[in-house]
Amino acid sequence: MLTARRAGLVGCRSCGRVWPRQQRHCGRCGGHLDDDRGASLQRVWAWLIAGVIFYVPANLYPMLDTASLLTGDVRNTIVGGVIELVHAHDYGVAAIVFAASVVVPITKFLAIAQLALTLGRVRPWRRHRRHRMLAVVDFIGRWSMIDVFVVAILSSLVQLGSLAQVHPGPAAIFFALSVVFTMLAAQAFDPRLIWERDEAEAA
Amino acid sequence: MDAGLTAAGTTGRIAPALDGLIACPECDLLMSRQVLGAGQQARCSRCHHPLYRPRPEAAVKIVALALTAGILMVGALFFPFLSISAAGETHESSIFSTALAYSEGYLAPLAVAVMLLIVLLPVFRVGALIFAFGPLLAGRTPYRHAQIAFRLARHLRPWAMAEVFMIGTIVSLVKIGGLASVSFGPAFWAFAALVLAVGVMDNLSNDWTIWDALETTR
Repeated sequence: MLTARRAGLVGCRSCGRVWPRQQRHCGRCGGHLDDDRGASLQRVWAWLIAGVIFYVPANLYPMLDTASLLTGDVRNTIVGGVIELVHAHDYGVAAIVFAASVVVPITKFLAIAQLALTLGRVRPWRRHRRHRMLAVVDFIGRWSMIDVFVVAILSSLVQLGSLAQVHPGPAAIFFALSVVFTMLAAQAFDPRLIWERDEAEAA
Repeated sequence: MDAGLTAAGTTGRIAPALDGLIACPECDLLMSRQVLGAGQQARCSRCHHPLYRPRPEAAVKIVALALTAGILMVGALFFPFLSISAAGETHESSIFSTALAYSEGYLAPLAVAVMLLIVLLPVFRVGALIFAFGPLLAGRTPYRHAQIAFRLARHLRPWAMAEVFMIGTIVSLVKIGGLASVSFGPAFWAFAALVLAVGVMDNLSNDWTIWDALETTR
């Protein structure tokens, strides 16, 4: 298997053209020709750690502050909101919110860390699986923003005076930042690393 | 129909002309570029990543869909989005007021972020695609910065979250549930249609052969 790198070339990831290794920008589309895999891995770790750190206060502080005549003043964290939905028997929506705000972020942290830690230590036939894993992580990250939008929609809509009022809590900003940082971590992960490091090990 | 491309190394020599070669963006495999017919899909022969798939008239369709999305966005911004009523109290929200829900105190940066994710970035992407491909429709050569515009539009795609916002709306409606009755404003339907238009537009523009259209006419 001849890769662009072994041929002394560098491939443009946005349009596919190849250029001599020392070139910095693609002559066709102007995209940055990224050839430094070590820097890619450093960025992955930096964004991932930032994402994990911000995920902690995102779960400790309240996400939603509901004041209504029926229930009084209720401050819910992310998980608290899911529990409330379960008590209201809205299982489908509880599952969506739980998946988007808890399962997806935590799975992403673990998946990216595992991919980065085991580079070059995986049997060749597992490469396809790992490659697909990175693609899924990259695709699914943005869907975690659902809860941030839900809080915005509820806070702007439910303004019924003394009857019911909803306000956003501080967790929203931590959660949004955690999602953004994890998205950046997944984007910084160069999939060519998965194929190359394993190959170098096998050779 | 799939067409696996031949790995460049298998013939035992590297073609001297670099523009006849492509590298897989996912696994870096060097392959020779082949001309495909409409409807054929080129895949990387090592990692099976879909590489390109020529779509006839892609530029025309992209511009048409981008214009549609742009008009729908204007509607989505200036009509009421949702309205709620309970026990005689009514309240209406718009896309703007939704983003501004975070404008209190220390959460203000989040209001800017939400505005970016659901309004500004989608609008920017639509504008960039019209800028990049519009001149092609009139038979002119593309503007000088057409490549940059197209590259930015593709690069910003994960950050334009109109469809995530749409699912968020549905979750919110269920959350309000029995507490009050909610009705959809025209902006809701405009936004839903916009999500569809942008989806098709992105599907069309997610293709390397588009670069040929921008390049050959230069």
